[in-house]
Amino acid sequence: MKTSRTSLVLVNGTVILLAAIWTIPTLGLFITSFRTKAAITESGWWTVLTNPHGGFSLDNYQNVIFGGDGLGTAFLNTLAVTIPAVVIPILIAAFAAYGFAWMSFPGKRILFITVVALLVVPLQISLIPILKAYLAVNLNGTFLAIWLAHAGFGLALATYLLYNYISQLPKDILESAYIDGASHFQTFTRLILPLSTPALASFAIFQFLWVWNDLLVAQTFLGTNKDVAVMTSRLLNIVGSRGQDWQLLTAGAFVSMLVPVAVFLALQRFFVRGMMAGSVKG
Amino acid sequence: MAGARLVTDDTPRGIVQVLATGIGRVFISLVVPIVAFLVLWAGFLFLRDAQAPKVVIVVVAIVWGVGGTALLYVVSNWLVEKLPATWRNRVLPFVFVGPAFAILTFYLLVPAILTIINSFRDATSSQWIGLDNYAYAFTNPDMLTAIRNNVLWLVLGTVFSTGLGLAIAVLADRSKLDRVVKTLIFLPMAISFVGAAIIWRFVFSYQPEGQPQIGLLNGILSTFGIAPQSWLTVEPFNTLFIIIILVWGQAGFAMVILSAALKGVPDEMLEAGRIDGATEWQIFRRIILPTVWPTVVTVATTIAILTLKIFDIVQTMTGGNFGTNVIATLQYKQMFTFFDYGRGSALAVILLIAVTPVMWYNLRQFRSRGM
Repeated sequence: MKTSRTSLVLVNGTVILLAAIWTIPTLGLFITSFRTKAAITESGWWTVLTNPHGGFSLDNYQNVIFGGDGLGTAFLNTLAVTIPAVVIPILIAAFAAYGFAWMSFPGKRILFITVVALLVVPLQISLIPILKAYLAVNLNGTFLAIWLAHAGFGLALATYLLYNYISQLPKDILESAYIDGASHFQTFTRLILPLSTPALASFAIFQFLWVWNDLLVAQTFLGTNKDVAVMTSRLLNIVGSRGQDWQLLTAGAFVSMLVPVAVFLALQRFFVRGMMAGSVKG
Repeated sequence: MAGARLVTDDTPRGIVQVLATGIGRVFISLVVPIVAFLVLWAGFLFLRDAQAPKVVIVVVAIVWGVGGTALLYVVSNWLVEKLPATWRNRVLPFVFVGPAFAILTFYLLVPAILTIINSFRDATSSQWIGLDNYAYAFTNPDMLTAIRNNVLWLVLGTVFSTGLGLAIAVLADRSKLDRVVKTLIFLPMAISFVGAAIIWRFVFSYQPEGQPQIGLLNGILSTFGIAPQSWLTVEPFNTLFIIIILVWGQAGFAMVILSAALKGVPDEMLEAGRIDGATEWQIFRRIILPTVWPTVVTVATTIAILTLKIFDIVQTMTGGNFGTNVIATLQYKQMFTFFDYGRGSALAVILLIAVTPVMWYNLRQFRSRGM
């Protein structure tokens, strides 16, 4: 290596500068979320760094979670939407992936080609027909409606990813299971599911972040009614109606980021793997 | 899922013999699916009409969703295993693959066809109007602005996210701080576009001259004595500023994936280049870039698809005002503000057509790999 000292300083300097640029906007929001409304409008958040003169409080969080904007309820709603919307498609996709990988049946190829073709289909194409169908059976605005929608939109990717993993499992393991008299169902539940944990976890995290952070599907099938609305919907509503109330917006935005950022930091390895495998979602 | 085994293996002998008679079999084969269906239907009704506390609903939801899905598979598998061997082998694959395919059909395949059909019909889908919706889409001034903006998103968003991601990956690999730096730059990936938009609305915030500036950019300008700028209202520059948010969010994604690809560049090739006296730039241009190029294409494609469908950022930043609309925000507006399902469908079809090259490429890749 002929990397000289000056170029190392240059590289480190650039990298630190970039990391700072990437972090400062979030830092600004974080600091602002603890300032009073008066303090926010009187001076930029950065003045706090040189002159920490008070004007701090936890009221913003209290108001936004328990107050009229009900972000506390929205938080619970988001949880209620996200957990089943992650688990249901994984289970269904795992069965399908096993079927595609280790069973033979007529039409298998054309069915799988359909799955591949559906990978990048923009979900906008489905919104109106599904909305009409939901309205016809009085399902719109319910959690069930949005779970199934998220399951439908995530399923092509889930099947494709899990197929890639399950079809690569060593053939002899499965064959010895069949020779021991295990049925496909037993092989799947006892052998394939445990062996596929890494792939299942990767997709789970990918889908978790996707559903948690989603706005469009939630706006369409769950709506903006406070009883059921998720956090992204509520935040959009506050932006639209009271975009200058920074004390609410900043605290609210942070509440909504809490879980995904924690998941991200704790499970970064799986997250990266899921990202890499899942980089073609429609 | 252990239920299937309990039924087949551990039932006492006497009962098994009774059930072994034809009538018993038929009876059980009918009752089990009906009971399973009734249980699922009850859960469905409860969840559709539930007034219970949220925590109860969440718990029931998880049990119904997960348990119900598992129950469906267990029961249908159990039924199929009652069949003679040849039929069992014919039907069983469809028990495994069928539910997934049914859901894909209902949520993507059929809606896509219906949307294509509706795009040739009027606002309420009651009359054929030929290509009118498409004529609207390519002549209406708002739509033309949206298409122009989508092209800006596609080109600038993709190029800058991928390019910056690659640059940071290359630089961070040569720095001792790579772990911290990569985490900080990757972190926005976990933040929703709505959250990201709120973060950046605050950066771009504008107050008339003379009042205290609370947005970071105007704060910087004011320390240099420059008049504050209204970043988000001047077309077409506002779209460029909003694209920065996408780059901020997606460069980390590009960085992480490209950084993994960079680790795959063989050290011997780099050493050979250095021995031959190549500069770092030449090594990057001639050795590193060609090796990671396929990954660059994958990353760029992924981000390009994202930019075509971009919705959340624009909706939260400006609501599409000041000439920042994109196709997806206009589609949403046609659907929910004007209730014009014809135009909304046509816009969705335009998005679908925009991604067909990628779809075609994926299918070709799959065909060459085989199954």
